[in-house]
Amino acid sequence: MVREATNTLQKSVLWDWLTTVDHKKLAVLYLISGTLFFLKAGLMAVFMRIQLMFPMNDFLSGQTFNEFITMHGTIMLFLAATPLLFAFMNYIVPLQIGARDVAFPFVNALGFWLFFFGGILVSLSWFFGGAPDAGWTSYVPLASRDYGGLGIDFYVLGLQVSGIGTLVSGINFIVTIINMRAPGMTMMRMPLFCWTTLVTSILIVFAFTPLAAGLALLMLDRMFDGMFFIPGEGGNVVIWQHIFWIFGHPEVYILVLPAFGMISEIIPTFSKKRLFGYTAMVFATLIIGFLGFMVWMHHMFTVGIGPIANSVFAIATMIIGIPTGIKIFNWLFTMWGGKLTFNTAMLCASSFVPTFVLGGVTGVMLAMAPVDHLYHDTYFVVAHFHYIILGGIVLGLIGATFYWYPKMFGHKLNETLGKIMFWMFYVGFHLTFFVQHILGLIGMPRRVYTYLEDQGMDTMNMISTIGAFVMSAAIILLVVNIVYSAMKSPREGGDPWDGRTLEWATPTPVPEYNFAQTPQVRSLDPLFYEKIHGDGTMKPAEPIGDIHMPNGSIYPFTISLGLFFAGFGFIMLNMENAIISPWIVIAVGGIITFGSMALHSVKEDHGYHISKETVEQMEKEVGTNG
Amino acid sequence: MNGLRRLFKFAPFMAVFLFLAGCGERRLTALDPMGPQSQWIYDNMILSLYVMAIVIIVVFVLFFIVVIRFRHKEGDNEYPEQVHGSTKLEVAWTVIPLFLLAILAVPTVTGQFYLSNTGLEAQEAENEEEVDEEELDAESAEELGDDVMKITATGHQFWWQFDYDFGDDSFTAGNEVYVPVDTKVAFVLEAEDVMHSFWVPALAGKVDNIPGIENYMWLEASEPGVYKGKCAELCGPSHALMDFRLVALEQDEFDEWATAMQEEEEAPTESLANEGREIFEEQSCLNCHAVDGDGGAMGPSLANFGDRETIANYLEVNDENLKAWIQDPQSLKQGNNMPAYPDLSDEELDALVAYLNQLEKLDPETKEGLERD
Repeated sequence: MVREATNTLQKSVLWDWLTTVDHKKLAVLYLISGTLFFLKAGLMAVFMRIQLMFPMNDFLSGQTFNEFITMHGTIMLFLAATPLLFAFMNYIVPLQIGARDVAFPFVNALGFWLFFFGGILVSLSWFFGGAPDAGWTSYVPLASRDYGGLGIDFYVLGLQVSGIGTLVSGINFIVTIINMRAPGMTMMRMPLFCWTTLVTSILIVFAFTPLAAGLALLMLDRMFDGMFFIPGEGGNVVIWQHIFWIFGHPEVYILVLPAFGMISEIIPTFSKKRLFGYTAMVFATLIIGFLGFMVWMHHMFTVGIGPIANSVFAIATMIIGIPTGIKIFNWLFTMWGGKLTFNTAMLCASSFVPTFVLGGVTGVMLAMAPVDHLYHDTYFVVAHFHYIILGGIVLGLIGATFYWYPKMFGHKLNETLGKIMFWMFYVGFHLTFFVQHILGLIGMPRRVYTYLEDQGMDTMNMISTIGAFVMSAAIILLVVNIVYSAMKSPREGGDPWDGRTLEWATPTPVPEYNFAQTPQVRSLDPLFYEKIHGDGTMKPAEPIGDIHMPNGSIYPFTISLGLFFAGFGFIMLNMENAIISPWIVIAVGGIITFGSMALHSVKEDHGYHISKETVEQMEKEVGTNG
Repeated sequence: MNGLRRLFKFAPFMAVFLFLAGCGERRLTALDPMGPQSQWIYDNMILSLYVMAIVIIVVFVLFFIVVIRFRHKEGDNEYPEQVHGSTKLEVAWTVIPLFLLAILAVPTVTGQFYLSNTGLEAQEAENEEEVDEEELDAESAEELGDDVMKITATGHQFWWQFDYDFGDDSFTAGNEVYVPVDTKVAFVLEAEDVMHSFWVPALAGKVDNIPGIENYMWLEASEPGVYKGKCAELCGPSHALMDFRLVALEQDEFDEWATAMQEEEEAPTESLANEGREIFEEQSCLNCHAVDGDGGAMGPSLANFGDRETIANYLEVNDENLKAWIQDPQSLKQGNNMPAYPDLSDEELDALVAYLNQLEKLDPETKEGLERD
């Protein structure tokens, strides 16, 4: 009955999801597609570990292995980690700041569909002669037209499309956080997850633009006989590396900062204590974001830029260790003196701290430029960044999944299965990656599809592969848990964890307008403040009234679909036997995209209102449910 | 006392690390450095490990105290004290790490200059001065040129070319680079097709070979012997098989070898090998492979093929492997540029193999000494 009242048009479920501009539904879309990409790239990692199980194994050929390393890295960073973080940012940030939605719901949907179609475009490469094979960094000349195959074109165009999606989403988050905060929610009262989302979004705006520029140059090189990166024709191959890492290093912080934010939400909740040194945490986040742009050259210490440049970037890199250290100690002291509950979310969040320190320590070691001549491009680096990404970002993501799952889906994930999963994952993770440090030091370069016998590498590679199996079993268990919990877990109310922040003040399931009345915020951890100083519910900042909501729209979907066609058309320029002229495909794509944009501009859409009576009735219903 | 006990707790960790380090192959692993540069790198890695151990110990001790002491107890529904933070602590964990990093920053800067100092620049500058002051006689300039030995290492998909610059007596070697022991050798790094990276872990850090750019590095071996080198930059399907070998010889043995490499190739005395030489020419192998100063540079020089430790940088040296390689190189090393010769008869192959195997430049005694080691 409630559903009928809110949806002015009777829509099919599919149409509803294709046209939705609700930040909560888009978050679920991000979550599902991110998880699928994550599973796919994880499976590739398992295949690679099987290949490296024995010396001179022939499970995969060198070419296939290179395609797997490239796709594993590309998918994990652009199409798995990013959307999974976006899922939580989308769902939680508007709730945490007391907003009804993001600032631009239409742009939010556009961001998702662009990411989605970009990801599909990259993945299509498998069906057209093989995936990209030059590594996720696509260094030229290996990725230039003379040495790189058609796969690279899918990489260039696919990332271009999904990159625009990430970019517009970033802008959207910035505007949302600056403009849409509830009354009393000052910047310094925002939960740390909102702060890290804000800084990440700023990084996205400044980092994805150089990536887009670099990809455009590479596209011109590959499809239209450009010579930006062709040595001997006035081009320079090192320039690509600079452009890529000017994007690539901030990208690391784009991914890890939201994870920091998640940890900073989970630890206070399950320690029953407010975050220690909130102000220091905020400034540490800002400093990390700022310094993140000053250190890209540490990926290029062996390129031969000269000792002075290397030294400057080495020291800048080391300095990042300080704000990161501030965060580590503040988390530890948040737990100090608290009353810790170790459920799965807290296990992930607390074990994140020592694991991330191990990754950070190798990071400082890598920053020593002259010693980096040893570590660079070896398994030592592989171990380092997997400690950061798996031990940092993925632990944060799994923790956040267990933490916010009841808010998003109305029930908790099973704790027993969760804890078994956590320990399997944690043990498997260290088993896989700890030995890789040593493998690098004894002379195993990264991105090798095999290694010779008698180099002392056999046992450690075997251990690493066994660890990967344990880790994948853990991930399978997580999937099982999701299915099992959906059937067995009891429904939960709005605040199952005794939460501290605003998202726990909403009923579950969250109504499409989030807050019937915008709440008045009186402190950091506003809900906790009301529990101590008030009656445990948020005070409204406005009288109950009609709520203005945006209409759904199919245009984000069609705009992205058009770009997908156009991108494919550009790739067809390099195909040998294209069935139809590439220019037709490009034109069709362009017409769909620009046509949709034109229609969206011409057609006036003022959204719709949910009447006061309906809101009151819905509130009563969820009130009795929760 | 407590601190000491902690140190003991840490000792097993180091022991495990050193034990695992022992697993690496001698003259490959960087954990058993065999030259001044790799020794410097190793020492500073250990230094950073010690500094970082402080951080690890502090964090881990705090972490375990926290997770053991501050657990929530059943039935305890009071909120703990809501602490805002502590400025003193914040300052402490900002300033102390600064000092730790300063310890690492000093060798970082000095080390980078140490690694970059190939000696080539200083030598050039000295040469120029010589020109100014003495109006230069050619001989003295040449003498100065001998101070630093210079080898150009060019990366190809998937093999290495080493050009020795001895003025008029220059020569080229493929896949195996010979250097005199206890001598600083400067390398000029170039790339023919895509990027590669020149790395001899037991002797020096790596530097990239980049098309269109000249890079420089140096290394020095403290012990004679055969060191394993690797390409460390993804360069295509057979990147993993782009190993090479660095052979460090005593100075007199090296001089002997270099002189032998400068000599013209002579027709072999044995008839089978002589036949092989004719086939080598008929099949235009010379277009790509030099057997002395002449010949193409599309493939590695075979001037000293008989001394090789491997075929195609990874296969064991025996006649079967060599024949298999000639007949179908693609199946053994994906993506390499050598065409297949499936139509050669068994007799022709035998002759070719006999010819290639007798292309030796190393003094037999020296060679035996190397193998014994």
